[in-house]
Amino acid sequence: MDHLLEVKNLEVHFKTYGGEVKAVRDVSFHVDKGETVAIVGESGSGKSVTVQTVMGLIPTPPGKIKNGEILFDGQDLLKLSKKQMQKIKGSKIGMVFQDPMTSLNPTMKVGKQIEESIRAHQSLKGNEIKKRAIEMIRLVGISNPAERYDQYPHEFSGGMRQRIMIAIALACQPKVLIADEPTTALDVTIQAQVLDLMKDLKDEMDTSIILITHDLGVVAETAERVAVMYGGIIVEAGTVEDIFREPKHPYTWGLLESVPDITKDEKKRLVPIEGSPPDLFSPPKGCPFAPRCKYAMEVCVEEMPPAFDVGEDHHAKCWLNDPRTPKLEDLVAAGREA
Amino acid sequence: MYIVKRLLTMLVTIWVIASLTFLIMKIIPGDPFASDADVLPEEVLENVRAKYNLDEPIPVQYLMYMRDLATFDLGISIQSETRDVNGIIADGAPASALLGTQALVIALVFGLLLGIIAALNHNKFLDYLSMFIAIIGISIPSFILAPLLIKYFAVDWGLLPVASWGTWEHSILPSFALAATPLAVIARFMRSSMLEVMNQNYIKTADAKGLPVTKLVISHGIRNAILPVVSFIGPLFVFLITGTFVIEKIFAIPGIGRYFVDSIFNRDYPVIMGTTIFFSSILVVTLFLIDLSYRFIDPRIKLTSGGE
Ligand SMILES: Nc1ncnc2c1ncn2[C@@H]1O[C@H](COP(=O)(O)OP(=O)(O)O)[C@@H](O)[C@H]1O
Ligand code: SF4
Ligand SMILES: [Mg+2]
Repeated sequence: MDHLLEVKNLEVHFKTYGGEVKAVRDVSFHVDKGETVAIVGESGSGKSVTVQTVMGLIPTPPGKIKNGEILFDGQDLLKLSKKQMQKIKGSKIGMVFQDPMTSLNPTMKVGKQIEESIRAHQSLKGNEIKKRAIEMIRLVGISNPAERYDQYPHEFSGGMRQRIMIAIALACQPKVLIADEPTTALDVTIQAQVLDLMKDLKDEMDTSIILITHDLGVVAETAERVAVMYGGIIVEAGTVEDIFREPKHPYTWGLLESVPDITKDEKKRLVPIEGSPPDLFSPPKGCPFAPRCKYAMEVCVEEMPPAFDVGEDHHAKCWLNDPRTPKLEDLVAAGREA
Repeated sequence: MYIVKRLLTMLVTIWVIASLTFLIMKIIPGDPFASDADVLPEEVLENVRAKYNLDEPIPVQYLMYMRDLATFDLGISIQSETRDVNGIIADGAPASALLGTQALVIALVFGLLLGIIAALNHNKFLDYLSMFIAIIGISIPSFILAPLLIKYFAVDWGLLPVASWGTWEHSILPSFALAATPLAVIARFMRSSMLEVMNQNYIKTADAKGLPVTKLVISHGIRNAILPVVSFIGPLFVFLITGTFVIEKIFAIPGIGRYFVDSIFNRDYPVIMGTTIFFSSILVVTLFLIDLSYRFIDPRIKLTSGGE
């Protein structure tokens, strides 16, 4: 079956004074219509670079897309011209960023900032555009939308600004909404409200969501599938059930610390794992997690583990899943006890 | 309320400047009649001094001057006894204003343009070229640049006139000579401001809307990058005013600056006072207008009596 959005073997590097940062190395994932896919992983693992590449937001230079395909609507986004890509950005794929305090233009009325995106993609008349913008402000749960339309970002709180960002991203009813840690910068009480809003609008507009988050509780509540990133690689991907109940990668185990029961309403934040993330300037040729992995074997350092299928649409890049690796279940059991 | 308070502050500022100028004039040694002292008999000199109230005690002179100033009477020039200072300013103002305004416009337009081009071509040829031009503009003072401009554009290539002041063409070279340094400073300022703004998150937001690059640059980039440059217009104005003194001298332009410079050498007290007060009034009003304009340019700034 064709996916709505499919990223294949994406590789993105950055040229810096210190050398070449291999930020994203061989990332593949897909998003189907109407589903929410979460991307989790510690900071610096390449989550933002991955989704910004999908949006064509990576500055080149210093960025360089070395390899890969991004299939959307039957075409490879990486092969499109700037002009063609502009037609897709904001119209078919919308994006919400992490920091609402700096993501809106401080000298432009928020209404105008919503209008810009409508104007760029839809052939509506002036007052229709304004009507639509006000409608979007109302839709994201802000009262007095007509008055708010004429206000500037500094007159909004962080949560309200993120709602405006959501209004901008959804103004043209995109097929995919990319939300890069949309609630990380917000107060805890506001976080839930903004997430609920996104969930509601997703159902209303039948939009798919790529959600980058640090909060495993959020993943359990909102996502259907999860991709776990480490050192520029998706080390494990599967359904929420797979990842929470049957994780097959030691890094995922570390993230979950002890696998929480998805049926219990338990919230877990990412717990830092001992050791430091791999050097992206010269990543190891083997498994990037090997230096921090309790189960590392000789082969791990020597050779990059391929994506082992460990279930339907569930795979993990870890040698423990190789049928030749003995007593996998024992090792896992030992790991859980330890 | 804010406006009233500002206007009062402006008046006080001008009064303080006038008083300080008066005081400094009295402290600096010199005598407007020094060159006449040998030729004129003592009684005549006495009479002349009395005419300008110079025989009164200094505090009385001060009060008399302030009284006249309150009625916008700046007195009569000592050097050319027939002319009052108001007339001198009225005569010189058009030329100075044309020169200053043109230089201001040139510096702003070309400075901003150069800065924007440089920023958009960051670390590329046009960036290096723009900044090379800017460094030349900053490091060559106008009294060196002016003769060079005259030599090439007027004498060698005969493109522009230089000998007199009359047609608009005459004002081109002096305007550019005056504008060169502020143009270069603005270019560098705008470049770094623009570079910073284009790296802001809201530019990425605008990009993610699928806007064309021109929109990103104009309605999101330049609009925000120009804000810090506006605060630079005040100092720029000071620079242009002092700059006109030199340029008017070099290009023999009949502006106020020339009278001002001459009046200092001649100790022509009324002219010194009058031109100083005139220039500082213009400056104070300009700073006020810049403040006001902030309100329209930056919605985050509200006009309030106190605070920010
Ligand atoms: N413009 C850039 N220039 C150089 N390196 C970059 C740039 N953008 C991202 N990187 C590097 O790419 C890596 C991945 O970053 P990112 O995708 O932002 O991580 P995450 O979102 O998972 O926290 C980091 O090491 C970061 O330093
Ligand atoms: S491949 Fe080896 S080092 Fe990497 S996670 Fe699996 S066991 Fe650990
Ligand atoms: Mg990130």
